[in-house]
Amino acid sequence: MNTPATTLWFAAHELRLAWRDALAMLTGGKRRRAYVAGIGIIGFVLFMHAMAFLGLRNVPDIGMNPSKTALVFISGSALLAFALMISQSMESVTRAFYTRSDLDLILSSPASARRLFSLRIVIMAAGSIMMALLLAGPFINVMAFWHGARWLSAYGVVLSMGAASAALAVGFTVALFRTIGARRTRLIAQVVAAIIGAAFVIGLQVGAILSYGNLSRFTFLQSDALAAHLPDVTSFIWWPARAMLGDIHALAIVFLISMALLFAAVVIFAPRFGDHALAAAGIAFERRRQSAARDFRAQSQRRALRRKEWRLLARDPWLMSQTLMQILYLLPPAILLWRNYGEGAGALVILIPVLVMAAGQLAGGLAWLAISGEDAPELVATAPVPPGFIVRGKIEAVLGACALVFSPLIAAILFVSPMEALIASAGITVAVIAATMIQLWFRAQAKRSHFRRRHTSSRVATFAEAFSSISWAGTAALVASGSALALLPAATGVLVLAVARGLRPRS
Amino acid sequence: MHAPSPASAPALEIRGLRKRFERPAVDNLDLTVKRGEFYALVGPNGAGKTTTLRMVAGLLSPDAGDIFLAGIDARSDPVAAKRLLAWVSDEPMIYDKLTPFEYLEFVAGLWQVEAKTAQARAHELLGWLGLTAHAQERCEGFSKGMRQKVALAGALVHDPQVIILDEPLTGLDAGSARQVKSVLRERVNEGGTVIMTTHILEVAERMADRIGIIAHGKLIAEGTLEELRVRARGTATLEDTFLTLVAEQAAA
Repeated sequence: MNTPATTLWFAAHELRLAWRDALAMLTGGKRRRAYVAGIGIIGFVLFMHAMAFLGLRNVPDIGMNPSKTALVFISGSALLAFALMISQSMESVTRAFYTRSDLDLILSSPASARRLFSLRIVIMAAGSIMMALLLAGPFINVMAFWHGARWLSAYGVVLSMGAASAALAVGFTVALFRTIGARRTRLIAQVVAAIIGAAFVIGLQVGAILSYGNLSRFTFLQSDALAAHLPDVTSFIWWPARAMLGDIHALAIVFLISMALLFAAVVIFAPRFGDHALAAAGIAFERRRQSAARDFRAQSQRRALRRKEWRLLARDPWLMSQTLMQILYLLPPAILLWRNYGEGAGALVILIPVLVMAAGQLAGGLAWLAISGEDAPELVATAPVPPGFIVRGKIEAVLGACALVFSPLIAAILFVSPMEALIASAGITVAVIAATMIQLWFRAQAKRSHFRRRHTSSRVATFAEAFSSISWAGTAALVASGSALALLPAATGVLVLAVARGLRPRS
Repeated sequence: MHAPSPASAPALEIRGLRKRFERPAVDNLDLTVKRGEFYALVGPNGAGKTTTLRMVAGLLSPDAGDIFLAGIDARSDPVAAKRLLAWVSDEPMIYDKLTPFEYLEFVAGLWQVEAKTAQARAHELLGWLGLTAHAQERCEGFSKGMRQKVALAGALVHDPQVIILDEPLTGLDAGSARQVKSVLRERVNEGGTVIMTTHILEVAERMADRIGIIAHGKLIAEGTLEELRVRARGTATLEDTFLTLVAEQAAA
């Protein structure tokens, strides 16, 4: 057994917690599901390898002396992943500051908090790396299979990116903490994390729209116009790309710089981590005033319920990070719509499925908050209302919130093409209703603050929600393009709902 | 069974109530609470107090039995019964992101209290409970005592005929407990009915008009403090009375 309060002892403690946490995430807290989860992971990895084989089968060997266009493409793809890793790490750091869990115990104990926080920064990097490996690993393996073992050096780049992203995320978040204070950091860090995560994708898509009139970021990344604006192939900015291609010298430099960044973050920020966590804890006891009192309004029971839900949604501290990214991804389609104004409805075929998909995902999150995340279940259960009334009121609140987000876009489409607007609004309505119904069937009593873990309560609901949104997005796209094949994804959507309803927990 | 006529009916009438989980939690319970009465339900842990009151509030379905609230059959017409009722649990369930004022407006909306009346009552309740200065602050930073007082204000804002409280004084400091007790006593003085579970026997002893002792899901004794003392062969305090009667029940 390790000596208590040493780094190794803390590491064993953290690993045990992380393992149980991961197991709970995968199994929803039911141990007998562990085998199913294991089979699911193996299935996912095999599926990703199959996708990589299909996607990369025609990619030629770039060799050790790639063209500038190839370097731009590889670097751009890596930057996409890096932005998402920084975003994920920033959210982890913010949660580490604001989630109490065992902080009171640790900070009140004589053990060295610096050791634990150092370890937690490293674990954040490890979390980022694990996620990236799960997604990028199959593609690296396939490239190594087709074009040689030198591609395995890309694993080193993934490790470096994970370390660097954690270091930068800690740096950004602490900088925010010091400049704007504990109260504002929670919200601003979520916004910044979402913007960083989405900015690069959005930037590329906007570039593609403005250059080529479509949403394909890969077309833009492979364009000569972009390459012409970037430094020569000998520049250091291409080292990560070269490292991926098997340049050991470049890999060593990239790896060393990343590890140095992580080491610096640990040395500089770990000793202050406890102070920041304490400052964040202080805001739980702060009183936050709303605007001056106004008179009670005469309202029906349904309206009272809707207003309560909207107020709580508007004030939810973690909702921003969960939905902002989805809303940000609507920006490129909005720009596409703006750019194609008056040029007919052709581009709308691309835009409509994006909107339908986003609507389904947004509705799923909001429906969980409104239906499952009820913080005063006994109050509403003892209210003098007929059975089903409360749920209907909550569903209305979700539909209203979605209408608020998507109505302006529908109105804009209406000016271009009334028919496409009709298709888009029908698709959005169906996707929103489907996602809400799934959340209704799989509702479970939970605290609103457990929103991030909503996916753990039911894997079936999570997958049903995703497949439903994809099906309705596909249906809307095919209807917009005038294809009778739209019936296929529509039937899939209905089937997904039927299966989800059949698998819903019986109370 | 026939429902008592609403005008003369007791505030709460329970007949043959049963609920079983792994073992019987409430076992053929009969209980009557008169209008304008402060009734305390006491008993050991797991005796069935909370289960009984949760069934009355409509938060649990009974396996068998009847529940009448002011003559209204709570099982066949739960909406009408709930109009007369307020429920306060030991763990105050309020919305962290709402202010007490907004919370009371929401509760008044659910119970369809006229806006002006509700607002006047909200101000009055917040004043009584010492929350006026915090009426526009979100509840997220409130102490347990303040949260419990907000929940209590929510229970009273719709002027219920019967208020049911499950261990309402748990975790409250002396000052907050006194404020809550005085609001409840005031409520009874105005003709309302208060039914409360508590493990603090001193509270039951001082406040309740009648006390019911429940063990193993059955009402083993009921009456005023004096009546219970007599029944327990002249014990000095409610604690002695309670321990004697529970021990007798266990031995029986």
